[in-house]
Amino acid sequence: MNAVTQLGYLAAAVAFVLGLHLMNSPATARRGNLLSAAGMAVALAITAVRLARNTDTLTGPVVLLAGVAVGAAGGALLARRVPMTGMPQLVSLFNAVGGGAAALVAVTEYVRLSPAVGAQITVSALLDVVIGGVTFTGSLIAAGKLQGWVTGNPVLFPGRRVVSAALVAIVVAGAVWLLVTPNVPVLVVVIVAAAAFGVAMVLPIGGADMPVVISLLNAFTGTAVAMAGFVLHSVALIIAGALVGASGTILTKLMADAMNRSVVAVLVGGFGTGDTGPAAVGAADTSVRSVTAEDAAIQLAYARKVIVVPGYGLAAAQAQHELSGLVELLIERGVDVCYAIHPVAGRMPGHMNVLLAEANVPYPMLKEMDEVNDEFAATDVALVVGANDVTNPAARRPGNPVSGMPILNVDAARSVIVIKRSMGHGYAGIDNELYSAPGTGMLFADARTALAELTASVRTLVG
Amino acid sequence: MFVLAVLVGFEVISKVPATLHTPLMSGANSIHGIILLGVVVVAGSARTPLEYALVAVAAAFATANVVGGYLVTDRMLEMFRTREGR
Repeated sequence: MNAVTQLGYLAAAVAFVLGLHLMNSPATARRGNLLSAAGMAVALAITAVRLARNTDTLTGPVVLLAGVAVGAAGGALLARRVPMTGMPQLVSLFNAVGGGAAALVAVTEYVRLSPAVGAQITVSALLDVVIGGVTFTGSLIAAGKLQGWVTGNPVLFPGRRVVSAALVAIVVAGAVWLLVTPNVPVLVVVIVAAAAFGVAMVLPIGGADMPVVISLLNAFTGTAVAMAGFVLHSVALIIAGALVGASGTILTKLMADAMNRSVVAVLVGGFGTGDTGPAAVGAADTSVRSVTAEDAAIQLAYARKVIVVPGYGLAAAQAQHELSGLVELLIERGVDVCYAIHPVAGRMPGHMNVLLAEANVPYPMLKEMDEVNDEFAATDVALVVGANDVTNPAARRPGNPVSGMPILNVDAARSVIVIKRSMGHGYAGIDNELYSAPGTGMLFADARTALAELTASVRTLVG
Repeated sequence: MFVLAVLVGFEVISKVPATLHTPLMSGANSIHGIILLGVVVVAGSARTPLEYALVAVAAAFATANVVGGYLVTDRMLEMFRTREGR
């Protein structure tokens, strides 16, 4: 390691920190990401040059490049092709392969050194493969849940605590064995147990909590990478891994806070079964009033002030462009319109902002919950598009699954229009009292269809 | 070194609006793609078919993490353009 190499790695580390820092504001975020990517490029270039200088066989580099080509093609293809609604699960997928790679690096080094593996390397490698293994399968399950390939409901199989405990016992026993005598097959057993634990850990968690889980697993991967750094004595890996581990932990806590969930409660799982929590008191009278697109259009067109509340249904229907078109039309008519963004609207914090930005909605029109909540009282029409639990007044009362969750005060608006496909439940699996409120009209349709109809109606009815 | 990086990590994130949580998570996700650097190191010392196979898979995984991570983050952030005039 000469001075130039050291400086290069240091520059990369600084670029990562500054890059994350620049992501604090929408104006500089993109630059921050580019800076971070540049740091990555520098660190990789330095390492590649060192490899080229020190290698005496070509097989390693050739195999490496083959893998790199496959990974780059796959990663780029997915990153370009996956629609905006699929972002959370895509991040989870990239997190999974990162964790898998971290575990594989430790395994490769362990195989090479064995049977003469020192205690320090053994401990680091163990931590790396255990965390990496859990992250790999856990992130895949989380992505599967969001994508709908794995049920979003908590999977509570009998004896899951016993299974988890048994897996932990296997990992611990394997770790003790390896500290006494290095042995590759035992390491493989430890990895398999860790991977199974990852599945057992995420399966019982409901889909609503997936953002928190993905963020937590992201921090796990960072930690696994730092451990890989200890295995390889690589300062760059230790620093970058620790940075992601720490920042990911903070981000996880922020997300959990926004959902009024504790990280511990998330990991215990079982939230959102829909049959554990009793139906909210007062939901017995579920007579709902449905409205036609024409009626809703007239209400919107003649309103003075409208607040739009987007939720996951908007994302699922890919209706952000239709929504933005309708809002443009209302603004042209002189209606005061803004968007109320709940911290966890959609599937993760910031999800709605990204979607609406894609539809060219100007950033200042998006208002965060705390900023907009007092405005509902002075609002003529609140238009709820595919949002559910984040608007449920039941959250203000104790004793139900959404109790205590901060919600948007949609029920304070003079009238409410809810675009929803059916009376289906949200993630919390309970009735939304907002729907049976006297001032609420339900427009039962797919968000895209409904918004297109509303736009057409506004044009034809009120010109 | 490790402790210092942890402290910096805590400090950097604590001032971020909820709006940018998703891109930020994606950005942090890209950074741990630096494990590719570790793959390059073990690729240099690998000598057996088993090690080569592990290197190939790890390289594919890590590269997907790096390339995909940065591209997706950029795609998300590209959306935060403010429009000129209305």
